[in-house]
Order: sequence, then structure tokens, then C-alpha cells
Amino acid sequence: MTISGNRSSKAVAFLFRRMKASALLQDNRLLASGNEAPVAPKAARMGLPRARMPHASVLLLATIVAIFSLVPLGFIGWVTYDVGWDTVKALVFRPRVGELLVNTVLLETITIPLSIALAVTLAWLTERTDIPFARLWAWLAIAPLAVPAFVHSYAWVSLLPGMRGLQSGVFISVIAYYPFLYLPVAAALRRLDPVIEDAAASLGLNPWRVFFRAVLPQLRLAICGGSLLIGLHLLSEYGLFVMIRFDTFATAIVDQFQSSYNSPASNMLGGVLVACCLFLLGFEVLVRGNERYARVGTGSPRPTDRRRLGWFMLPAILLPVALAVLTLGVPLVTLGRWLYLGGAEIWRIEVGSAFLQTIVLAIVGGVLATIAAAPMAWLSVRAPGRFQRVLEACHYYVGSLPGVVVALALVTITVRLVLPLYQTFATLLVAYVMLFLPRAMVGLRASIAQAPVELERAAMGLGRTPGQAVRQITMRLAAPGAAASVALAALGITNELTATLMLSPNGVDTLATKFWSLTSEIDYVSAAPYAFMMVVLSLPLTLMLYTQSKRTAGQ
Amino acid sequence: MNFALNRFSQALALAASFLSATALAGSAHAQDEGLVVYNAQHESLGREWIDAFTKETGIKVTMRQGGDMQFANQIIQEGDASPADVFLTENSPAMTLVDGAGLFAPVEKDTLDQVPDQYRPADGMWTGIAARTTVFAYDKTKLTEDKLPKSMLDLADPAWKGRWGAAPAGADFQAIVASLLQLKGEDATKAWLKGLKDNATPYKGNSVAMKAVNAGEVEGAVIYHYYWFGDQAKTGENSKNVGLHYFKNQDPGAFVSVSGGGILKSTQHMKQAQAFLKFVTSKAGQAVLKDGTSYEYAVGKDAVSNDKLTPLADLNAPKVEASTLDSKKVVELMTAAGLI
Repeated sequence: MTISGNRSSKAVAFLFRRMKASALLQDNRLLASGNEAPVAPKAARMGLPRARMPHASVLLLATIVAIFSLVPLGFIGWVTYDVGWDTVKALVFRPRVGELLVNTVLLETITIPLSIALAVTLAWLTERTDIPFARLWAWLAIAPLAVPAFVHSYAWVSLLPGMRGLQSGVFISVIAYYPFLYLPVAAALRRLDPVIEDAAASLGLNPWRVFFRAVLPQLRLAICGGSLLIGLHLLSEYGLFVMIRFDTFATAIVDQFQSSYNSPASNMLGGVLVACCLFLLGFEVLVRGNERYARVGTGSPRPTDRRRLGWFMLPAILLPVALAVLTLGVPLVTLGRWLYLGGAEIWRIEVGSAFLQTIVLAIVGGVLATIAAAPMAWLSVRAPGRFQRVLEACHYYVGSLPGVVVALALVTITVRLVLPLYQTFATLLVAYVMLFLPRAMVGLRASIAQAPVELERAAMGLGRTPGQAVRQITMRLAAPGAAASVALAALGITNELTATLMLSPNGVDTLATKFWSLTSEIDYVSAAPYAFMMVVLSLPLTLMLYTQSKRTAGQ
Repeated sequence: MNFALNRFSQALALAASFLSATALAGSAHAQDEGLVVYNAQHESLGREWIDAFTKETGIKVTMRQGGDMQFANQIIQEGDASPADVFLTENSPAMTLVDGAGLFAPVEKDTLDQVPDQYRPADGMWTGIAARTTVFAYDKTKLTEDKLPKSMLDLADPAWKGRWGAAPAGADFQAIVASLLQLKGEDATKAWLKGLKDNATPYKGNSVAMKAVNAGEVEGAVIYHYYWFGDQAKTGENSKNVGLHYFKNQDPGAFVSVSGGGILKSTQHMKQAQAFLKFVTSKAGQAVLKDGTSYEYAVGKDAVSNDKLTPLADLNAPKVEASTLDSKKVVELMTAAGLI
């Protein structure tokens, strides 16, 4: 290998490492503030002993999962190659794509800063001030996550039928997605070492400047992670924007799909969408930078003081109250109203069967995603290495793709190459595994990392075979993390819409698809029970997410 | 090979195969559900037909819901291996597409005899099952008779900028464009689509477009007639300010679109599939249109449509050869115009 080749392969490995770390954000930084994220790889490289056991078979399994993950991207590449440059040019460089791009850029650049401002303010109020009922506000701040984004949209549209376009898109996006920022920012604030703030104050900075110069920079990782997560959600969201008539790539791809199934046009739009995802991932890496945020030295930080709000108390309380009304009050009141208007007769037998089908799909999909993530999670903790990092990046990137793109690839591949799998549960589950692989990785990785390798070794020293040691020690210790992984993936599957619409077997209706077909006939009343059941399913999972984030923050 | 990891991976493989076996068994079960109908008609109408058919014959039917063009292209890709036995659409261009790919089996003569010639193609590869007419749904509080467009083509005029809406991504609208293409040719169609892009507000679906007219967002919308009747029959909440303007005069805007039904050549249930289509076009099947909640036109011989509708014969629709409507070209033109 030439020197430059070597260098570029290093560069690729570096990029992948960063990509993985940023994709890890996905939910990891929801659970933990991520303070140690940039330091972790180094520590892992130097600190952890090399794995003793050969890991060829695990590596093989992880490679298989990684290859599967590359299928959607490979598919778009193949379509691009197949139709030829002229067609690509005609389909990509046209005014419609420009319009969609402008819409997307505006949506991202307005929504994200607004969400950051809102989430940081709210997190600061609940974590660092003497605001009354801080715990209550903290709960209410993440509760909107239990309401699927397209149900938020449905609630607002039925309240104000005139809502449409960019402003409404930004408004509902902020409301539906800001908890993705609130969670990591609040967790980070909880863990900050106040010594730095004390130092800043002792140098004569007033409280505002302390906040902007000492606190805010330390939240950078949490903010970047949360923002990326929101950015990716905005790219892939379909139902929210259709309901208020705001066109994005995701809605345009579904339109194309409905007009011509899997034409090159829809695949090219998919290609542009993937490019947007990769751009966001890369941009986040740039913004996040390379600084070190972890505390060094002995001892532990003292708890931080809560700042007294004084006369500012009243406006400070108004913010979380107003937010709770907007994010929870409106959906609950509208849902309640439709449910009341519909009475008993809207609770048809189909609601129950959709509920059951959704639960079965969510649990089976969640378990499969966790199983698929297991080899890689184990490898990345117990036997990290350069090749493993590339594999891991494959596991993570696929979760940042919109459901539409993954579904489009699977539709064409199954119909052309493996017809027996076409329109089966198997294919739908494969899509779910791909889409929610990163979520499954998060819980597993963290919990395998917390199971000390020394215990495994001790077990082996006492005569267990390596297999028994892994089973009896590590797998048992990792079980709660695995359960969290299943739950996180299941939450995603419960609210998944586009891939389910495109791939589901004949006669299968989930809560989300039923809700969707009813709202598109503007039968809001009949749609209400489905929305209600989705919230019922999501609520415990969201609560779990919250307690988990507390636990990883050491409280 | 290390024993331990063998066990570990075996456990994983076992769990994975168990789960996928369960899933596959589930899907195999789902496939084994008698007749499979790809229904691009409204879910509720498809359901009414199927329930009535199952009740009469005891034949089990599984329905998959989707859109006209989505299914047509899907069936072509599935080819001989298509799980579908019967294909029902809202409009005829999707039928033409599948017929063009040679995937339909001839419809039995008894069935064809139940439908007049003008509502089915001469080759008998599919048949009309219902019909719908294009209308201009307008805001009665803003527009009066004299201010209504004389022809659908007038809507491309700059005078109509920002004043009307449509649901261009749907198969319904694409059928209207297909008839325009057949009646007036490619250049006129292109010009009209450009006017549409410049002037009209795009909505997702006809009912949403009508709702927008009712809410005063636009003064009118090009949709099909029965959305209005359906809403009136329910609460009227989404159409109380809305009136229907029939273009008549053989205007492209008076186009009557034929909903089609066809049987896939590849079906394993030929007898049952033929029986289903026969039922849909029979007196009993067409009565679903008269008495049900769909408010689409019945097309069977001697069949009567819902008496609230303006009779088909009075619509003065343009003469369009349904079996040659070119949906592919329409999607191309609409993509080029930036509408989808």
C-alpha cells in the first residue's frame, strides 16, 4: 500500500469514527449527557485489554449485519448507475428538487436554533434555578415524546384548519421534537462541575456572562447531539408535514411512489435525501469540534447551587406552563374532543386488531433489532479495532436514513430478487431492524461496557468455559440494557409510518397506518382511537427513557 | 473455532431463526386468505363490495389498499408472481398500463355483457365498475354563476392565479390530465400544467382540497363530484359553503372517469376472481353504488345511480377512449412541470 493510500485509509477510518460517534448521539446522548464521548475511544484503545478469545464468529455475524445495512445505500447507487448520467441529471437538477431543497434548508435552519434556545432555557430553569415544582416541569418537558409527531400535527390542524406551510412546519416541529434536545442538555447541566463557574465568577464575570462563557460551551456536545437527532427527524418525517401541506423530500418521494411505484425519479429524490443526511452528519462533526470536556483529577464535584430567580420567578414559570399547554394540552384536548364526539361507536373491532398487530410487530422487531445489534455491541466494547469501527459506522448510518428510502430499496429488491420474501412480515421486520439498529446498539453497548470483563475472566478462572462465562456473567449483567434497547426500538416501530405503508403484508394494519388512512379521508373522528392507542403505547416507553437518563446521570 | 462463541452465536442464531420462523409462519398464514384484491378504490367502497360478495358466495377475500398508479406499476414489477388476483381502480389509466403489459386475463363474457360498451375497452381485458365526473367545487360565498370558469382550461389563465386548488399527486387528477392529453394533445396539456403549477395550490387528496375551498383558502378546486355528496350525507361540515360546477359542453373539465376492474392472468383462483368481478358489475354489486355511501355512478346495464346525483347522461362529457389513456406520459409531463 502506498503512503497516500495509507493516509487516506486512515482518514476514512477517522471519518467513520467521528460518524459513529455522531450517530451514537442518536439516542445515547439522550440517555447520557455524552460528556465523555470524545475521550472514550482513546480510553478504549489504551485502557481495555485485548480480548483473549478469538472473535471470528462474532465478527462474521457483525459483518453480515453491516452488509445488510449497506443495502439501501448500495441500491440507490445501483439505480443511479443503472439509469445513466443523463437521466440522473434530468431528475435531480430540476426546479422541483430546488424547491424541496429550499424548503428543507429553511426548515432545518429555523427549527434547530429555536429548539436549542427553548431546550436550553427550559433545562436551565428546571436544573439550575429554584423554580417551584422543578421535577414536574422536567417530566412535562419530555412527555411530548409520547405523542407521535403526526399526531401533534393532526391535533393542531383540527384545532386551526388554516395551518400550513413553513411557519406551521417549524412550529409543530419545535413542539414535537424539542425534548430530543431537552433530555441531553438537562442531563449535561446536572453533571457539570460548578468549579469552572466559580472560577469564572471569581474573575469578575456577571451571572449572564458566566452562563455564556463557562456553562454554554460545556453543553456543546449535548446540543450538537440533540440538534443532529432533530435534524435527521426533520429530514425523514412524513406525516407531520403532509398534514399541514409542507413539501419536503420525504413527502415528495411518497408522492412519486404513489404515482409510479419505484420509478428512477423517486429513487433520485431518495439519493438527494441521503446526501442531506450525510451532510448533516458531517456538519455536526465539524461543529462539535474536538475539545475535551471531562473532569480530570481526583475527588468529585460538589453539587451545584440553584440560582434564585427572585422577581423573575413569574415569567420563568410561565414558560413551562405555556409549553405544556402547547405540547400536551392541545393534543389531549383535541383527541379528547374527537373521542367524545365519536362516542362508543368509533371503538370498532379494528382498533383492537391494529393494536395487537402493532404490539406484536413492535416487540418482535425490537427483539430482532437487539439481537442483530448484539454482535457489534459486544465487539465494540470487548474487541475494538479499526475494522470494527467501520462495521459500527455501517450499523449507525442506516438508522439515519428515512423509512421511505429503506422501504423503497427493500420493495424493489424483494420483488426482483427474492420474491418469496415480498410483502411478508420478514421483509417488514428487516426494515424495522435496519431503521432501529442504532437504538438497539445504544442500550446494549452501554450495558455490556458496564459488565466488567474481569468478572468474565474470574468465572473462567474458576473453571467456566468462555461461552459459559459470557452467558452467565455478561449476558445476565447486560440484560437490563438489552431490555431498554428492545423498548427504544419498539417505541420507534409503534410510530413508524412510511416503511410500514409500503412494505406491510396484505391485510396488515398497524395503529399508524390505520390512523393515516382515516385522516387522509379527513375522518378525524374515526382516527382518534388509533392516535389515542399510540399515545397509550408510547407513554411507558417515554417514561422509561426519562428514568434511564436520570440513572445514567447518577441520580 | 472457539467453542464459547460458537455457543453464543448459536444462541443468537437460534433465537433469530425462531423469531423469523414465527414471522414467516405468520406471513404464510396471511397469504393464505382466499382471493387477494388490490384495491385502489376508496377503502370503504372496496370493503362494501367485498363484504357483500363474501356474504353471497362464502369466498374469503383479502384486501390490500393503495393507489391506482402505485398498484399498476407494482403489478407490472411483480409480473407473473403477483400475489394479486383482482385489481380495482378509481380511474382507467392504471388499467391501461397493466393491460399494456399483457398481464390481464380476458374478462368472462357474462360479466362484460353486464356493462354497456362505452364503459369498457373493446378488447374486453378489463371492465368498468363505476364512474365519476370531474367538477369545479367552488366557494358559494365568493363566486357566482357568471364568475365561474367556462372551461377547465381557463384556470391556466393568470387571472386565476392563487385562486384555485387541486390534488395533482393523486391518480384521480392524473386521469383528468390523461383525458386532456388525449383531447387536446401534448402542447396544450403542457401549457395547462404550467398554468396549474403557477396558479393552483396543491393539496394532498380531493377531500382535503374541498375542505380548503370550504374554509375559504381558495375559491375553487378541480375534484371529482362524489366528495361533496359524501360530505353532505354525513355532517356537511367540510362542504357547507361549497357548490358544484359541471363544465358540460364536452369540455375536458366534464371528463367522466371510468373506474376499472381486471383479473390478473397469473391468478391461482381464476374461477373465484371471475366470480368476484361478475358480482361487482351485477345488479347486486351495482346496488352498492346506489344505496351505499360512495356516491359514485353505477355503470352496469339498467343499473341506477344514487338519485341525488346529476344523471350521467346529462353531463355532456367529452368522448374519451378510456382504454388508451396514457398514464405514463402524464406522470412524465407532471414530473417535468414540477408538480410531483
